[in-house]
Amino acid sequence: MVDELLFFMEVLVGGLLAGTMYSLVALGFVLIFKASATFNFSQGAMVFFSVLAFCGFMQDFNIPFVLAFILAALLMVVVGLCTERLVLRPLMNASEDTVLMATIGLGYVLEGLAQAAWGVEVRRLDLGIGDFPVPWIADNLKLFISALDITAGLVAALMIIGLFLLFKYTKIGLGLRAVADDAGAASSIGIPLKHIMLLVWSAAGVVALVAGCMWGARAGVQFALVDLALKALPVLIIGGFSSIPGAIIGGLIIGAVEKVLEVYIGPFFGGAIEGWAPYVLAIFFLLYRPEGLFGEKIIRRV
Amino acid sequence: MKPVFMTYTKKDLINLAVCMVLSVLVIPTFITTEYWYTSILIPWLCLALATIGQQIVMGYTGQLALGAAGFMAAGAFAMFNLILRVPDLGFVGSLIVSGLIAAAFGILFGLPSLKVRGIYLMVATLASQFFIIWMIDKFGWFKNYDSSGIITAQDIVILGKPFTTPLAMYFVCLAVTTVLTLLAMNMARGSTGRNWMAVRDMDIAAESMGVSLLRTKVQAFAISAFYCGVAGALFAFCYLKSLEPVAFDIKLSFKILFMCILGGLGTINGAFIGAAFILLFPVLLNAIGNNVFHGAIDATIISSIEQVIFGGLMIIFMIYEPLGMAKLWENLKISIKSKLSSAGTKSLKSSAQKSE
Repeated sequence: MVDELLFFMEVLVGGLLAGTMYSLVALGFVLIFKASATFNFSQGAMVFFSVLAFCGFMQDFNIPFVLAFILAALLMVVVGLCTERLVLRPLMNASEDTVLMATIGLGYVLEGLAQAAWGVEVRRLDLGIGDFPVPWIADNLKLFISALDITAGLVAALMIIGLFLLFKYTKIGLGLRAVADDAGAASSIGIPLKHIMLLVWSAAGVVALVAGCMWGARAGVQFALVDLALKALPVLIIGGFSSIPGAIIGGLIIGAVEKVLEVYIGPFFGGAIEGWAPYVLAIFFLLYRPEGLFGEKIIRRV
Repeated sequence: MKPVFMTYTKKDLINLAVCMVLSVLVIPTFITTEYWYTSILIPWLCLALATIGQQIVMGYTGQLALGAAGFMAAGAFAMFNLILRVPDLGFVGSLIVSGLIAAAFGILFGLPSLKVRGIYLMVATLASQFFIIWMIDKFGWFKNYDSSGIITAQDIVILGKPFTTPLAMYFVCLAVTTVLTLLAMNMARGSTGRNWMAVRDMDIAAESMGVSLLRTKVQAFAISAFYCGVAGALFAFCYLKSLEPVAFDIKLSFKILFMCILGGLGTINGAFIGAAFILLFPVLLNAIGNNVFHGAIDATIISSIEQVIFGGLMIIFMIYEPLGMAKLWENLKISIKSKLSSAGTKSLKSSAQKSE
């Protein structure tokens, strides 16, 4: 009995920590949605693009780790700048769905560019953090938890706190919230829309890079990262599109539920239900609480 | 314009006649290489049919859906099993029933559209994509317990006659596509289509005018999935000639989405234009790579460039012409016509002046 409970705890904790990885990707979505009410479908492609650039800098040019990270982050700022100038500004007055489709196009462009520049083969990314159980925890609590999972959890927590403080207590954060509420009104009282957008897209780019590093260290830097990032969508639906804590809670729920289902129910169906379970869970949430756990209520006018 | 036959104008009938002559007489006489049939014309017709399905739900009803390939897979595997287990149905019967099976999935996964829209719905339809592929992959019955993963599709036999040559398969695809395209045009023009478009333009307003949202949306999803299912069956039996769930992955769904949007949302001819573009452009790019650069560019680079161009075009179209290539084509026709007519009036005027 104790062993079963321990095993359940292990599955649950593993799932929760893996969920923080989804949360990291979802954070980037939330940032942009919060500041511009735009759904950025290319976030997954940004994850792939940024981490492949990071690997490329490190492995092809032998640039040291820290410098390569800074370079990759700068590259994401450039991507944000180009996106703002070439995609978002011309589409300022377009409908939500049009912007969404444009960001699908943007995702394709980023994926293509990344593969053209740095090749299609799977790259290994070594962060110096092993993806194996931490001996101390394994000895004392009898739980096998990977060091990488714990790091991802810590990084996610740090980022949340940082972003939360940014949104809540700085002038920039106030500007961001104002723009999200009503871009026209915000710009009429002198909030520089251009700078705000650039800032948000750059921040989302850096978040993507961090998420990419975590995923890349686990699964290798490869195209499959884009599909993994799609799982951030159910996370967002459960947590709510405009809530940073929601992204975290959503990620935890998805991570835990998919692992527990996979371990306990999966074997009856031949396994691999991880692939669709999060989406079906999202559908149930949609039917009962379309705005997500922490999202603002969606009100539409005729 | 005044309708001549039922609700069709003279122009429609001429268009239909020209298309039929082109596809039935001109193409089979002039194109004799098998390559054109097996790699371009047959997949073009199949994918155009799937794109019409996507158009119905996205272009006409305005519901952002991203699961066309899932429904295609449902149709393809339903077809395989029907021919295998219920041989009495015949090819056409199986095709219809497999479309209906896909439609059942469409209704099931279209239900969330009653509650949500936009990106929310997109996530819900993604569930159908992943679930259907998983289901086929994991339950051996669907694949007749074939362990190799790739099943060879049965030969097409209609009324005891085998249709196995590329030309014969082309005619099978052509016949099915023609019938379904005409049906789709009819629906789009009739009250069904009006309801779809009313829901697309403003669902709350449509509901208050007495259009049932439940009925309209579920109907659109069902019909869309029917088209995708039939297209998937044809795609597997005429083009791939094999059945494997991997062929219907999320990438194909995205491809069909691109065909639909680049071709022109809310148009039937846009589906054909978009499908032709997405299919032919890579062929052209490869030809350029092989002939101009003599293979100096790596094939992976070419496919990356292709992706960049598709994505870039998507952005450009969203900014400058959200109605896609069908609208460009329309504009081109109008400008040519106005040039011709202005040239005509000019020559009339000049001849009138001369006679004075």
